[in-house]
Amino acid sequence: MTIDLIIDVDSLAARVPDGAKIALVKTTGGVPMDLVRALIRREVRGLHVVCVPTGGLAVDLLIGAGCVETLETSGVTLDEFGQAPAFGRAVRAGSLRLLDATCPAVYAGLQAGEKGLPFMPLRGLLGSDIAAHRADWKVIDNPFGDDDPIACLPAIVPDFSLLHARQADGHGNLYVGDTREVLLMAHAARKTLATAERISDGNLLEDDAMRAGVIPNVYVSGLAEAEGGSRPLGIPGGYVVDGEHLTLYAEMARDEDGFGEYLDRFVFGRKAAAE
Amino acid sequence: MITAESGPTPTEGGECRLEELLIDRIAGLLEGCRHVAVGVSSPIPGSAALLARHLSGGATRVSVLGSRHLQSFTDGGVEIFDLAAQGRIDAFFLSGGQIDGSGNINLVGVGEYPTQKVRWSGSFGSAYLYYLVPRVILFRLEHSRRTMVEKVDFISAPGTSDRNVFRPGGPHALITNLCLFTFDRDVQRFRLQSIHPGHTLEEVRDNTGFDFEVPSGFGPVPATPAPDASCLALIRGEIASAIADPYPKFAAEVLGHTAAA
Repeated sequence: MTIDLIIDVDSLAARVPDGAKIALVKTTGGVPMDLVRALIRREVRGLHVVCVPTGGLAVDLLIGAGCVETLETSGVTLDEFGQAPAFGRAVRAGSLRLLDATCPAVYAGLQAGEKGLPFMPLRGLLGSDIAAHRADWKVIDNPFGDDDPIACLPAIVPDFSLLHARQADGHGNLYVGDTREVLLMAHAARKTLATAERISDGNLLEDDAMRAGVIPNVYVSGLAEAEGGSRPLGIPGGYVVDGEHLTLYAEMARDEDGFGEYLDRFVFGRKAAAE
Repeated sequence: MITAESGPTPTEGGECRLEELLIDRIAGLLEGCRHVAVGVSSPIPGSAALLARHLSGGATRVSVLGSRHLQSFTDGGVEIFDLAAQGRIDAFFLSGGQIDGSGNINLVGVGEYPTQKVRWSGSFGSAYLYYLVPRVILFRLEHSRRTMVEKVDFISAPGTSDRNVFRPGGPHALITNLCLFTFDRDVQRFRLQSIHPGHTLEEVRDNTGFDFEVPSGFGPVPATPAPDASCLALIRGEIASAIADPYPKFAAEVLGHTAAA
């Protein structure tokens, strides 16, 4: 059927226009690193990145490469490999519009998005500086309660959810297993562009054991096969994070020159220090 | 985040490390909990939760985020937050780049937001779980005037809230490399509970940027009790083995766990 949605990674990246609002899952959830590198190569600009609910290497690379205008996140970190260096530099330089959040607030906004609702109420938040800096969040009095203030968060509707699935089929169905936040992202976004470790024969929806972990193709508007597409990060049920590479990145990205060398070597595929 | 280079603490039953003292003491703070959840990068709280589970005879459920085997969530990252809002989680651990005397925590950065000179990762789930989980234990292994401040630069999550704010949760205790405080919600201040062996009240005062209550009338502030020999054996055996699943390096280097061949 919709075989025409299957294209290559660079063509997927070409579908993301400058200024788009994109959602990316946290480091362990299947981050489409090949696609992120393709976005940097195509020099996308002005992105609004929604981290679901946190960001890591992918987000740091996009920020350092100048692709991001607005960052909506509950945290950016390289985990045991340290702080995210490009993110820290951009904050100090004031070059990012920051929408600091808390993890369940990102989920709640996406849940409003998937339900087609204008907002979602959420406990917590009141009196924090996170809420104080979010003019887009409102506090209402619980209409069913008595003097019970509660925060309301607007729906998050990304233009694109970008993800890497461990498996897909030729119909554009994506298997993501129990990584439910990726399912949520796909539901909430206008379009989902995906890469997959492999595109298999048959139909994933016909396998009862897999069906509950499938994003059906109703949400998917582009798919590319990309074996190892989350590397150097890991993918659930597949490979694990490449610690040596992350250590190298943390080291190289400590200053702008080193970050540029990293991009040359690992994103643009140019020879290091071309002479 | 574990950075402590701790030497052994002499105890009656031999020697124990700071980490082992903390694991034992935190497990004591978790007594009676039905469900303890532990966030990522938290090997000491994780070990303490597993010890509490053992001491409860299995009555305490433990969920360690980031572990495949020590949690049973199937609804993705949102599930722990939904459980917390329903009152199904009794204890959780938070930390802070800065913690102040009112129990406010800052995980965002130093200086004026948003263009901060020092920027940390971000608030993660704190601006939610701090309100909803009844026993939040603040854990920080660097006890200094840099971390224990009079007033945080940014409130990721406040220690207390106005009376009309739905808030079953909040700070229960603050445990550091020097001492254990409990938090008194009525006076909205920390109370010094015990000082770890080898440290003094003066040292705690010198390294704390906020005022705190010191119990008076009962002599000196008690020393934090070290685990007895059987508890230490448990920590180095069964608990080390269980925590090696998410934290193999910690289990091996700190608790002396050797992986089964």
